[in-house]
Amino acid sequence: MRGSFEELAMPLFDSLYNFARWLTHDREEAEDLVQETFTKALKGFPSFRQGTNFRAWMFRILRNTFLTSRTGLKSGMTVSLDSEEGESAAAVTAETPESLLLAHSNQKMVQEAIEELPVIFREVILLCDVEEMSYQEISETIAIPIGTVMSRLARARNALRQSLTKKLQGE
Amino acid sequence: MACAAWRNKIGAYADGELSAEDMLDVGEHLRGCASCTADLLSRVQMKRSIQTAGKRFSPSLALRQRIEKGLPPQKKPARLWNWMATLAATCALLLIVSLTFYRSGASQQGRTFAELADLHVTTLASATPVDVVSTDRHTVKPWFQGKIPFAFNLPELGGTPFTLEGGRMAYLEQAPGAQLIFKIGNHRISVFIFQDRRDRRFAPGDTLSRNVTFNMETWAGDNLRYFVIGDADPGDIHKLSELLKSTAGS
Repeated sequence: MRGSFEELAMPLFDSLYNFARWLTHDREEAEDLVQETFTKALKGFPSFRQGTNFRAWMFRILRNTFLTSRTGLKSGMTVSLDSEEGESAAAVTAETPESLLLAHSNQKMVQEAIEELPVIFREVILLCDVEEMSYQEISETIAIPIGTVMSRLARARNALRQSLTKKLQGE
Repeated sequence: MACAAWRNKIGAYADGELSAEDMLDVGEHLRGCASCTADLLSRVQMKRSIQTAGKRFSPSLALRQRIEKGLPPQKKPARLWNWMATLAATCALLLIVSLTFYRSGASQQGRTFAELADLHVTTLASATPVDVVSTDRHTVKPWFQGKIPFAFNLPELGGTPFTLEGGRMAYLEQAPGAQLIFKIGNHRISVFIFQDRRDRRFAPGDTLSRNVTFNMETWAGDNLRYFVIGDADPGDIHKLSELLKSTAGS
């Protein structure tokens, strides 16, 4: 059993840690979170259904563990999601062209902007653009319908764009 | 369908999430619509930027070891290889690893040089090749403060055949850096300065490359990586490199 768990889980170690750091903003907490995730996943591995998405399963365990932690409870995951389901992706149409925006922003600025996003936006943007998860995988990881994944992504990118614009104007 | 309606699909198109049929439809529209193409391009740029910025944290070796320790012990192989077979396998592996590293290093180096050559050419072709126009190093250097995450020194050019024309921001693999334009005779030389990265390997010592049509020299010092590139004589490229090196450490 261990061989297969280790073979599946260890390649995700770096990504899980990166995600954990973005969620917690703290090295020690992120390390504890990753360790707890591995412990829980190993324990639950016999009940993991082979053929389903292991990566989404691991990230879901990490995220749920985070949500029940002190930092997770304080993280504002309960912010209002009014009209989330109905929001159209068209609402994100760029007012400020990203090409201009990104030419003037640097990596540190983008990192700060991601860091300042509410957790529900930060996680969806990281899972999509950094982990390159499909909408289906994101939907499995954070347990929301695909339509909500799409609208939440649109809102997250919009918020990130606004934040970058503000930062550039404040320079 | 109006562009506003297409924009609904362009986000999913950039994420590679449309059905094959929708992909074709959007692709068809994009071919004839500059506005939606610009919108797609900006979304892709944003995605790339997030991807680079998001890969930020690396776990410690201690954490990896702690986690591996928490896993049950691995079953021993049923049969131990004899030492001859082990030795042969190790040698073969070392050979493959060396070749792989050599090849990936060489191709990565080639890509970096090609990217820098493109940046140099684009700058020369631009109507505004520099963002800060000055022959005074005391004007050019402070202009970069707050724009790039490091500082650098520039040499005194009095008594040399080189003149400074100015500088601009440059990006190499999404990382910000400085591009300085120097002139010698009718030739322009770009000097690129970026933070040195351990994963970006170059041939040991200084490298003079003619592979990219231009002459180029590169070296690292004080955690910075310098590239000097231009169509000037290799001797001039080297002279300018030496001037920069002598100032960098001062």
